[in-house]
Amino acid sequence: MVVFIIRRILLMVPVLVGSSILAFVLIDSSSDPVAQQVFELQQGGEEVPQSTIDAIEARLYYDRSMPERYWLWLTGSDDLVVWDNEGETNGDIGVLQGEWGPSTEGSSVDVGEEISERFWITLRLVLAATIASIGIAILTGVLSAVRQYSKLDYSLTFIGFLALAMPTFWFAQLLKEAAIQLNKGLNTGIFKTYGEGSTGFRGTPWEVFVDSLPFLILPTVALALTGYAAMSRYQRASMLEVLNSDYVRLARAKGVRNRTVMRRHALRTALIPIATFAPISLAGAMGGVIVIERIFGWDGLGGYSYDAIIHGDTFAMMAYLLISGIVVLIGVLVSDLLYGVLDPRIRYE
Amino acid sequence: MSDTTVNRFENEAITTTERSQWALITRRFFRHRMAVVSLVLFVLIVLFAFVGPWVWTWDHRLHPDQLPSTSTGPSLAHPFGTDASGRDMLGAMMKATQQSLLVALVVAVGSTFLGAVVGAVAGYFRGAVDSILMRVVDVLFVIPFLVIAAAIAGSIDGGSKWYHMAFILAAFGWLSTARAVRAEVLSLREKEFIEAARAVGGSSGHIVFKHLIPNTMSVIIVSATLQIAFAILSETTLSFLGLGIQPPDTSLGLLIQDAGSAAAFNDEWYLFYIPGVMVILIALTINFVGDGLRDAMDPRQTMVRR
Repeated sequence: MVVFIIRRILLMVPVLVGSSILAFVLIDSSSDPVAQQVFELQQGGEEVPQSTIDAIEARLYYDRSMPERYWLWLTGSDDLVVWDNEGETNGDIGVLQGEWGPSTEGSSVDVGEEISERFWITLRLVLAATIASIGIAILTGVLSAVRQYSKLDYSLTFIGFLALAMPTFWFAQLLKEAAIQLNKGLNTGIFKTYGEGSTGFRGTPWEVFVDSLPFLILPTVALALTGYAAMSRYQRASMLEVLNSDYVRLARAKGVRNRTVMRRHALRTALIPIATFAPISLAGAMGGVIVIERIFGWDGLGGYSYDAIIHGDTFAMMAYLLISGIVVLIGVLVSDLLYGVLDPRIRYE
Repeated sequence: MSDTTVNRFENEAITTTERSQWALITRRFFRHRMAVVSLVLFVLIVLFAFVGPWVWTWDHRLHPDQLPSTSTGPSLAHPFGTDASGRDMLGAMMKATQQSLLVALVVAVGSTFLGAVVGAVAGYFRGAVDSILMRVVDVLFVIPFLVIAAAIAGSIDGGSKWYHMAFILAAFGWLSTARAVRAEVLSLREKEFIEAARAVGGSSGHIVFKHLIPNTMSVIIVSATLQIAFAILSETTLSFLGLGIQPPDTSLGLLIQDAGSAAAFNDEWYLFYIPGVMVILIALTINFVGDGLRDAMDPRQTMVRR
């Protein structure tokens, strides 16, 4: 088991490095933070001297070629030797050394600090949404399959199709406005529609967590929608297949109680496709936060990366992409382990 | 026995002619009522978007000299109302639907083609080619699609046009198609007709394009319909964020952004609901069409539904 986990983690390293290279090349070649900074300075109406441009380039490491910049971003080393910090960097770059690179927002802004402040806020939302979508998808998928072609099945199927076709941002806006109207109508403040927690709230991590729960509800519902739609369809299809299989018929023929057949024979096998799909849903949620956090005014990683995109802050974008890549890969690992729990034919030795 | 019964028997005898694959598929498809209704609706939406602008008086632009800059609700003169700057919403909806559909259709063609070729090549050659291509898929999968697409679309100089959006979405949208086609090809390549093609000296290119891809058509067409839904939702999301199609051009996402969420429950409700419902309608109908096609093309499917 432990050997299996270690082997899987080692296999993930090249995937992570590959995706970081790809993301870096795409982001680096599509945006030009130096030109953007110079443009913003020119808005002041004055000519920007060459020395200023050179200083900006040097601060953002844009006086180097792209491969050099990637290597620098990864290792923080100017020479092609890892852990040798003799190079002429400002000591603010090199992911392997815990430095996330300079921000275009100014030298006082540390990308690493900004990210770590917001990481738990966003992870909370993403995990809540993924777990909610998996849970509800299993429930409705199983109900649909057990009562195949009933009114319940038809309405759940229709809701599934509708959810699949619903743009998340539109649904989120509708949800938010409906909550605001309800708050007004009932003269209460039950529904929290803005921010990730009470403003200026300070306390122990537990108190902060409890304070944030009501704020979590609406964004979670909105973010869970897309993942739910696809997974409930898979769950229904796989449950139907299992219910029509010979071994379930045999179990029934032996006189096993219906509840036991469902729980022990049918559901366990029918959950395997969900385990495959869950990481995809997690990846979708990691991208979806950029929309949801913007609509609900959250100051998390999604909002942060949106600002980074607007300001052409390449190293901040890379930080978000790397973090969400790691989260998705952890999700893949968990789903691999779940296979072992669900499928008795798989043994991790 | 009456004459009519005899006639019926004779008629039935005549109809037992050979039916082509496509005739069978269309017959099965037209039995799926939801899919047929959806197909009709989808065609109507396409006509609305591409023929509508030729028929309707107003376009998506502002006409300050002819239209007062106040928002008015739906009326005979403006069936979808006008927005605060006096823009006719029916004209704007036509143009916006057109832009969003253009992106979706180009993405469907582009990414389906790319995915089909990559999937077929990976599945056919296996070995090193397969592992390299599938690692590329894994690597792309780890990067959150929406963020990277937003980053690229947001940094296009002068704002992105519909073809920029189509290109970006197609470049990231082919992963699922490639996976599905590869799985299908992996089983197909062991079949006798592929072996026969190889035995008579068919080149790899010939086998992939003339034998493997045509035989995975059902998978490819179904995933193309899913691509349309995926593209329309992604494009509207990016445009909503302000990172997609830019004004003065318009898109369904941009119209929803313009309406603002407050519009959902006030007098300007039509600004919020009409574009939103249009996105849902497009994605919903195309999903049903895909569902119907999948049922129709499944060789295990019998002629009788249920």
